[in-house]
Amino acid sequence: MTKPIFAGADTGEPSQELQDYDATSATELLLESGAVLRLSETDAARLSEEAAGTEDETMLINMGPQHPSTHGVLRLMLELRGETVLRTKPIIGYLHTGMEKQGEQLSYLQGQTNTTRMDYAAPFFNELVFCMAAESLLDVELPQRATWIRMLMCELNRISSHLLFMATNGMDLGAVGMMIYGWRERDEFLELFQSITGLRMNHNYIRIGGVAADLPPGWRDHVLRLLDLLPSRLEEFDTLMTGQPIWRNRLQGVGVITPEEAIALSATGPILRSTGVAHDLRRAAPYLAYDEVEFDVVVGSYGDSFDRYAIRLAEIRESMRIVHQILDRMPQGDYRVQDKKVTPPPRARIDESMEALIHHFKLFTEGMKVPAGEAYVAVESPRGELGCYLVSDGSAKPYRMRIRGPSFFNLQTLPHMMRDGLVADAVANISSVDPIMGEVDR
Amino acid sequence: MTDATTVHHTDVAGYHALVSSLRDEGFNLCIDVTAVDYLTHPNRAVPDDVVRERFEVVVQLLKLPGVERVRIRCQVPATDAVVPTITDLYAGADAPEREVYDMFGIRFDGHPDLTRILMPEDWEGHPLRKDYGIGRIPVQFKAAPRSR
Repeated sequence: MTKPIFAGADTGEPSQELQDYDATSATELLLESGAVLRLSETDAARLSEEAAGTEDETMLINMGPQHPSTHGVLRLMLELRGETVLRTKPIIGYLHTGMEKQGEQLSYLQGQTNTTRMDYAAPFFNELVFCMAAESLLDVELPQRATWIRMLMCELNRISSHLLFMATNGMDLGAVGMMIYGWRERDEFLELFQSITGLRMNHNYIRIGGVAADLPPGWRDHVLRLLDLLPSRLEEFDTLMTGQPIWRNRLQGVGVITPEEAIALSATGPILRSTGVAHDLRRAAPYLAYDEVEFDVVVGSYGDSFDRYAIRLAEIRESMRIVHQILDRMPQGDYRVQDKKVTPPPRARIDESMEALIHHFKLFTEGMKVPAGEAYVAVESPRGELGCYLVSDGSAKPYRMRIRGPSFFNLQTLPHMMRDGLVADAVANISSVDPIMGEVDR
Repeated sequence: MTDATTVHHTDVAGYHALVSSLRDEGFNLCIDVTAVDYLTHPNRAVPDDVVRERFEVVVQLLKLPGVERVRIRCQVPATDAVVPTITDLYAGADAPEREVYDMFGIRFDGHPDLTRILMPEDWEGHPLRKDYGIGRIPVQFKAAPRSR
């Protein structure tokens, strides 16, 4: 076996096992409940005393990575006392494929093919955030139509992503019929994506400087058909889940998290909003043209699993509102910037012009030179703040590409939601965090 | 849209105090902790008084409510890549610090559970370092016990 080449090799890592429960220090408890919460010293002492002398009663249970409710390959180490969950340790990395390293090998033109595969339920957002970071370095100004097409695709994608959540959340909690309905609705959206981008997932549609192609003929009717279809289907969801006593009993008061805890644990998106913090980047720091459309930021009040479900359901309706406005106001014009440095010539020109052929060839072999510098850009993905930190050294490939996946950070709230809950509610909690493991592990 | 985030430069000695003072200013959400290995791009643009080192730990903070952001770039030398942890200030820095340790081998002094997070725990090397080879490292498997 070839030895990897690296400097300062250090392989003396401690193992990832949980320590004995009575070894839990007060500091660790403080950290688990959010370091900045400033629990009083008596509380911390009480909690650590509680832990003492229980070594015979606790049991370690491994959940996952191949558990159907773990949304892929999330593994949880649960420590139980009877039916009560004491500590939880999420163990991740089973889907790690080195995409950030890969991002350093791919040119800026290829970059979004890589990032689109991270959060596979919301691929447009990943393409968007990478392109926006690169455009920020290139200082490219987008044409209006490109901006609005991006916004249209992102909002449709938010709907389809939340529909996927509805399906999996229903399935995890035993409403198996819901799984079929959620997937059915989502499939309608995937067909729309296919008709616009050519692919159902991993579209590579949003490109630096605009989008890959203009909207095809008939796109408006297709979108309208979906928008007409959805309200009655959402009412079915309400009947099947929202108003149903079993569903409410199963979710209300489960996995409660306070705003202070959510902020301390770096949670964003529906998890943060479920606690009543009205933070949505579309409203707080409008990118694209979100300052020109009307929508409400939906917040919860209890921070429990039911709020997180209800927020996502409401966000589907808000996104439909935005899509209606986009349909009314979609501007005419160019769908990508006419900047020779970033835009390849149209396909038809390549057949008739030698210069266009050379231009195309140079752009796709050499790539575009991006000025040296660094940029961090964030967008509101269905799961929270999706950020991209790009460092350029002036060459045609990113020097460093960091994607801040919201699921990765949101998972940190899971041990906190699970603490002192029932093991039967563990699945409800995992589901309500809605982690996409492709994005967690990258 | 250009990125107009305020950037603070610091070294390892001043890092924790700087983050702590920013937290006191109201930057209450730790958005990200990551690192960059500047091995092959040592002459990046930094202010004159900053001594360039091989690694940079990059922290993004956000002030809620609102949108004010700040970025901290901490220069970390290759010979002694140890940085004080900020998990005592932001509990949410736990997982990203583990990721930085896993990917770059930068140790966080005082971190409650500094173990590998994405790679297998017996993995050798830190993949996001620039001198870590690409595409020529065989897949590492744990040694399975043999039946005979």
